[in-house]
Amino acid sequence: MSTTPAIELTGATKRFRTPSGALHTAVRDLDLTVAQGEFVAVVGPTGCGKSTTLTLVSGLEEPTEGEARVYGEPVRGIDPRVGFVFQQDAVFPWRTVLSNVMAGPRFRGVPAAEARERARDWLNRVGLGAFEDRYPHQLSGGMRKRVALAQTFVNDPDILLMDEPFSALDVQTRALMSDQLLELWAGTGSSVVFVTHDLDEAIALADRVVVMTAGPATVKEIFTVDLPRPRTVEAVRLEPRFVELYREIWASLGEEVRITRERGAGRAA
Amino acid sequence: MPLETAPAAGTAPAATTTTRTAARERAARNRRLSVYGARIAVLLGFLGLWELCARTEVIDPFNFSQPSRIWDQIWQWVTHGTAQGSLGEQIGYTLYEALTGWVIGVTGGVLLGIALGRIRFLADVFGPYIKVLNAIPRIVLAPIFLIWFGLGPASKVASAVVLVFFPVFFNAFQGAREVDRNLVANARILGANNRKVTVQVVIPAATTWIFTSLHVSFGFALIGAIVGEYIGATKGLGLLVAAAQGTFNAAGVYAAMTILAVVALLTEGLLTFAEKKLFRWKPADSGDGR
Repeated sequence: MSTTPAIELTGATKRFRTPSGALHTAVRDLDLTVAQGEFVAVVGPTGCGKSTTLTLVSGLEEPTEGEARVYGEPVRGIDPRVGFVFQQDAVFPWRTVLSNVMAGPRFRGVPAAEARERARDWLNRVGLGAFEDRYPHQLSGGMRKRVALAQTFVNDPDILLMDEPFSALDVQTRALMSDQLLELWAGTGSSVVFVTHDLDEAIALADRVVVMTAGPATVKEIFTVDLPRPRTVEAVRLEPRFVELYREIWASLGEEVRITRERGAGRAA
Repeated sequence: MPLETAPAAGTAPAATTTTRTAARERAARNRRLSVYGARIAVLLGFLGLWELCARTEVIDPFNFSQPSRIWDQIWQWVTHGTAQGSLGEQIGYTLYEALTGWVIGVTGGVLLGIALGRIRFLADVFGPYIKVLNAIPRIVLAPIFLIWFGLGPASKVASAVVLVFFPVFFNAFQGAREVDRNLVANARILGANNRKVTVQVVIPAATTWIFTSLHVSFGFALIGAIVGEYIGATKGLGLLVAAAQGTFNAAGVYAAMTILAVVALLTEGLLTFAEKKLFRWKPADSGDGR
């Protein structure tokens, strides 16, 4: 494994034109490096621009200024090595579960039989082997998320971008999904950027936790999570080091959350 | 003694639940029956009143006709054929024209709608022209088509096409525009190129929109064919209406209308059936309208 970082953002800035015509800066002067095989969680106040960071890495959007690099090469369009799990349901409702998981390989020109075999394998790994003929609306929210995970993992992404993937799930399902994600990830050696607003989730999953400032987002502080792997979410939460880290990171994050809230209050007044 | 009472106490609630379920089922059945009964009563009441008013000359049967005469007229067409040929042939002609027009209009509408919905440049160029064309009351084009294409089916097909095209086009356009951005982004990340996004994401996502317009537009296709025939034709239900009107045969006009309504309802039923087959992936109770 070479030492080239999997992801590098240097001075990345992204501005959008809002519908009213004003310029909105979502991300400002962002520097972030993710090593190969590293699991990085990004936390920050709601609506600060965390998701924009991911779209810059994925190639769905281009930075206005600065640069995004993947394995040392500047991002030009969508990189086939990248996988993306979305916050909202993004599985295709008109396809069955199996056909949804086959979609990626089929889009990339893998023959149907091989794609089916790989899809079945991943469906079994996420525990949905018996549901391959169902349509997404027949599944629970947690099961749909597992379809989304299988759909992403079946492409063997080297870089996995996750945009608050479990935020719509209830607390118990979320813990289960986090464990499942760690299990799936453990075998792949891929690099993960996991955006969340849940600090518990961030510490339990990641090697490093990046705290973003109130929008426009930039990196405020980076914390290294020195908890041993393999972890399970419920067990790791009870460790004293976890609580210590939580307190440390929250001291940094809480301030940004407060700033965001005050701005919101100011706007409402 | 307690040994004997225990099972008795156990069966009693079970018995009441089964009777309650049965009672509920019975009530639901009775309700359905009473709805059907009331529907039939309304129809019979309406027809009866019409017949009665016509016979007692409260309304003029020459202008307003009466159900028994309409029925006689339909029966006569069925058994002896119409002045233009057998009744089946007339229905066949009208259906053929409406269906051909509908298929052409739908195909054109869907293709153009999706193309313009996906390709911004085309939408910007053609948008104003389509708006202008849509603003024309298209039914007045029927006489022009008669001049262009003659008395045969072609002129009726053309008027059906212009009526069908626009609603289908606008729905397909809207459907292609309003595809969930997440689905498109997901497909692109998973490796789909533009063509695959269009065929495998945009078109399936837009089918809901398109199908809504198919129901309405088949009605429009029938209108197009009938109006075309009414203005000038050698065969068809519209010609029956025109001929009956020309001979002051009010019963004939109503009879042709009745036949049309039945034909329209049957095709509508077929379309609903096809829709149910196609939309198995949707939650069962959406689009039920209840």
